Amino acid sequence: MRKHFNFAAVLAAVALICCGALILGQKVNAAGEGKITGTVKLDGAAPHMKGIDMSKDPYCDKAHASDPAHLEEVVVGANGGLQNVVLYIADWSGAAQTSTAIPVFDQKNCMYTPHVLAMDVGQTFKVVTSDQTTHNIHPLPNPMTGNIPWNQSQPPGAAPVEKSWKAVEVIPVKCNIHPWMNGWYVVVKGPYATTDASGNYTINDVPPGSYTVTAWQEKYGTQTAKVTVAAGKPGTADFTFKAK
Amino acid sequence: MRRTLGRWSLLLSATVVLAVPQASWAQLTSFQLETWLNTPAATSHVGNITGDAKAAAVPYRRYCVGCHGVLGDGNGENAVWLDPKPRDFQQAIFKCRSTPTGTLPTDQDLFDTIARGMDRSNMPQWSTFTKEERANLVAWIKHFSPRWQNEKAGAPITIPPEPEVTPERIKAGREVFARVQCWKCHGVQGMANGPSAATLTDDLGRPIQAFNFTDGTRPKCGDTDQDIYRIFMTGLDGTPMPSFADNIKPDEAWDLVFYLRTFMAQKSKEKEMAKQLGLKPVDPNAPAGQQ
Repeated sequence: MRKHFNFAAVLAAVALICCGALILGQKVNAAGEGKITGTVKLDGAAPHMKGIDMSKDPYCDKAHASDPAHLEEVVVGANGGLQNVVLYIADWSGAAQTSTAIPVFDQKNCMYTPHVLAMDVGQTFKVVTSDQTTHNIHPLPNPMTGNIPWNQSQPPGAAPVEKSWKAVEVIPVKCNIHPWMNGWYVVVKGPYATTDASGNYTINDVPPGSYTVTAWQEKYGTQTAKVTVAAGKPGTADFTFKAK
Repeated sequence: MRRTLGRWSLLLSATVVLAVPQASWAQLTSFQLETWLNTPAATSHVGNITGDAKAAAVPYRRYCVGCHGVLGDGNGENAVWLDPKPRDFQQAIFKCRSTPTGTLPTDQDLFDTIARGMDRSNMPQWSTFTKEERANLVAWIKHFSPRWQNEKAGAPITIPPEPEVTPERIKAGREVFARVQCWKCHGVQGMANGPSAATLTDDLGRPIQAFNFTDGTRPKCGDTDQDIYRIFMTGLDGTPMPSFADNIKPDEAWDLVFYLRTFMAQKSKEKEMAKQLGLKPVDPNAPAGQQ
C-alpha cells in the first residue's frame, strides 16, 4: 500500500509541475532587438501555374492584355526562391500586436496584391481596391475559432475596409464575382515575415532566446526549424520545400 | 488514512491531466452546453415574449431534427437529399439578418425566419406554431453554438422611413444599380444571368444561384420593401451576396429598392412608372456615371 501511495503522490506532483510550467511558460518576454533571417527555396522544377481566363469581365481582361495572369499557388523567383511563404514563431509566448503597421490587401487588375497577407492577432489590416470593377471581399474563416466570416462589396472608388482577426488561423479569401480571385490571410501570434520575390525574409523584433520558426506555404504546408537568437546576433533558418 | 491520501492524489492527477487539454479547447463540450441550458441565458426575447430553450426540446425533435440534425449541425437524415443544405446552427451563420455582415442575428430575425420559411428551399413556413413556440425554438437554436455565449448579436441597421416613389427615384435607383454593378450576378434585367452568375458558390463551395427578380418567386429573406432594403445593406452571410452598407447611402438604398421592383413579375407602381419612362436596362460597357 505504501508503494501505491508513493506512486500516486509522485504522479500528482509531476502533474502539478507540468501544469505550473504551462502557466508560467506564458510569461511575457522582455522587448529587445533581435531578428531571424533566412531564405525559403523550392527544390525541383516549379509546377506549371495555369493561366486565368478573365474574358467574362472586360475590365480584368484588358488589364492583363499584355501580361497574362496566372494562378499564384507557387511563385518561384530567381535561384528557386519561394515567394509568399509566411514565417512565424510557433511557440511565441510574448504579447500579440507587436507592430502598429497596417498591412494593405489590394485588389489590383482583378488579382490580390499581395496574394498572401500575414498579420498579427488583433492587428488592423486594410482592404483597398484599385480596380474599376466591383469586387466583393469574402474571407472564409472557421467561426468556431472566434474569427467570424463577413462579405463586403467594393465597387470602383470604394473606401477602404478596415478589419482585424481575433484568433490564429489561415483564412482563405475570395471574390465571388471573379471566381479566380483567391488569397490568404495568415493570422499568427507574435512577429512574422513573408518571403519576397527571391524567397528572403527577416522577422524583426524578436528578443534573444530559443524559438521554433514555422514556414507556411499554401500548397506545401508547413515546416519548422529551431532557431536561437542572441543579443546582437540574428538567428538564421533556411527552408526548402520539395516541388510537387 | 494513507489509502485515502493515495486515492485523492490519483484523483487530483487525473483531474489535472484531463482538465489541461480541455481548457485549451475553443469549442464548448456538450456538457458545457448542457450546463448553459440551465442558465437564464438560454432564453430568447422577441417583443414581449420570452422564449425558453428547454420547452423547445421536444418540438425540435419532432419538427426540425430531420433536416437540422440532433446536434443542430445541419446534418439531419434528410440533409443529403436537400439543396440548399439545412442551416448549420453550430456555425451560427445566417442569411436573413437585420444586423451587419459578420455579426449574429437578433432573436427577432430568427423568429421571423422560422415563420417566413425559405423560398426555393425545403424550409417551410412554420406559421402553424404559436409565437411562444417559435420564440422557444429561437432559444433552442441558440444553444447549439458557443458563439451565442461569446458574442452579442449585432446592432440592427437603421432603415429610414420609406419615401414616396417617384420616376426620379427610379431613375436614380438605376444609376445605383449600374454603379455598384448588381448586374455582375443578377443581370442587367434582374434575370440572374450576369457574367458572374454561372460561377457563384456558397461558403461550403456548393453552386448557388443569384436571385432572379423576374420569375415571380419571393426573395428568401422577405418581400416587403424593407426586407429588400435590408437584404443588400446587410448581405446574406454564407452566400456570395455581400453587404453594400459602406457603398450605398440610405437615401440611395430606397432608390435601388424602387428600381429592383421594376424587374419583378408582380404588378407595382414602380413597374408602371418604369414603363412610362421607357427605362432601358443598364449598359455594362458605359463609362462611369453615363448610364
